[in-house]
Amino acid sequence: MKSAAYSYGDELLSELNISISQGSFYFLTGPSGSGKTTFLKMCYGSLVPTSGALTIFGKESSDLTRDEMAYLRRKIGVVHQDCQFLDHLNVNDNIALPIMVSGQNSLSDNVNLKELLNWVGLSHRSKALPPELSGGERQRAALARAIIMSPDVILADEPTGNIDWEMSQRLIRLLIELNHMGKTIVIATHDLNLIRFTKASVQARVLRISNKRVQLAGSDL
Amino acid sequence: MSGIRKVFLSDRYVNQIVPKNGFTTLLTFFTSASMAFLIVFSVALSSAADRLAQNWSDSLKNSATLRVSAPSIDLEAQTEAALSVLSTTRGIASFRVLKPEEQQALLEPWFGPKVPIKNLPMPRLISIEEDENGYDRVGLRLRLAAEVPAAVLDDHTRWREPLIKAADRIWFLGWFSIGLIVLIVVAMMTLVTRAALSSNKKIIEVLRLVGATDQYIASAFVRKLANQAFFGSLLGSSLASLTLFLLPSESDQAAILTGLRLEGMEWIWLGIVPLSFSFLTFLTTRISSLSILRTLT
Repeated sequence: MKSAAYSYGDELLSELNISISQGSFYFLTGPSGSGKTTFLKMCYGSLVPTSGALTIFGKESSDLTRDEMAYLRRKIGVVHQDCQFLDHLNVNDNIALPIMVSGQNSLSDNVNLKELLNWVGLSHRSKALPPELSGGERQRAALARAIIMSPDVILADEPTGNIDWEMSQRLIRLLIELNHMGKTIVIATHDLNLIRFTKASVQARVLRISNKRVQLAGSDL
Repeated sequence: MSGIRKVFLSDRYVNQIVPKNGFTTLLTFFTSASMAFLIVFSVALSSAADRLAQNWSDSLKNSATLRVSAPSIDLEAQTEAALSVLSTTRGIASFRVLKPEEQQALLEPWFGPKVPIKNLPMPRLISIEEDENGYDRVGLRLRLAAEVPAAVLDDHTRWREPLIKAADRIWFLGWFSIGLIVLIVVAMMTLVTRAALSSNKKIIEVLRLVGATDQYIASAFVRKLANQAFFGSLLGSSLASLTLFLLPSESDQAAILTGLRLEGMEWIWLGIVPLSFSFLTFLTTRISSLSILRTLT
């Protein structure tokens, strides 16, 4: 991002100058309404900066067509706090959704869905509908969906907001494991315990949104 | 065509993305069924009018009647003179004087079966059939005026033309109705598409999140609605043909009402209507959904 800003009428974020390198692990913190979700939405191309420049995988986001943006989004896995599932599809189909929309008809050619379900601990819930899942199960299913296309970057917006501490630890361990595989991870959270827990296992940097700007936080966290 | 192939033959998962129980799919089904029913009826009406116009035209266009009205003392002589004129007129294939019982049959609808025709001062009627080249009507009229002043030539034009005009108008109205129905279907499907996309915003949001293009999202909705339109219109056109089949058979008394049916190649409409409905729905929903998706951020 170079002098990027976003405004919903009133400016929410301004003078964003940051570069996120491949394989890094970032936390994004800040009070509610500070613009964490807006920042992430810009990162996966759902929002385009109202001023300044944002480059995603070497391409200027404002120059991308709608189709190009959709193709680019397939390289970015997103985990939302509210998970965003299609409630009429079972867990299996929801996780496979990125493969379905990419036009690849056969799941087995791309990824072993069973292995992925095993990895997130949901193999016994594959036929369940999203409303039947617990908060932790939903977050793990969302993570499985985010990584099924083997994206380079995983963005998580308050992924532990609706789950207990034990489940939060389990989820963060999965994200750390992905980071060890070379994936870039950006997690928006205001849970300082989670950040401290993560920093014990991985070299994670913390970005803090304050006064509309993003700053690298010190080691006091 | 590649767009259609993509929509109807691409991965089977796309069928599952839009839920089945939406009111928009039900609305599409019933709209298509009703409109297909009306289209088949309009086609039948137009075809009946066309056939009727053709029949009237064919049955009257090569014939004429020569009416000889004279006092009984001159009637025979005038009739002979008229026959003589006709026999020397080019373009006339045949002619004959109508028998008294034939004339009585012509009067029966108005005066009943027991008309004392022999006691009435009836004119002589001569039926004329022209050959393929036809005869010179103006010339014949002038000759008759000069040689048989009691004869009047009636070539049925004044009867035939208004009837054909009326049948043509019914034919036009039938096709005009089909045009209106098509416009209504387009308007209806545009509204249905808008409603379907609005009521499924969450689905669109999720699909975009996982990298779906607008074409893919549109395909999911188009496929669902076009399928419903096909099955709805199939039901509608089948019910319409059943109704046409059950209508009373043709009679001379009310040909336009009882001739309301499909004949021969016209049955092909039963296949054309559902396929056209699917195609029309495909085009309308695809164009409108892509345009709506462009405005949804």
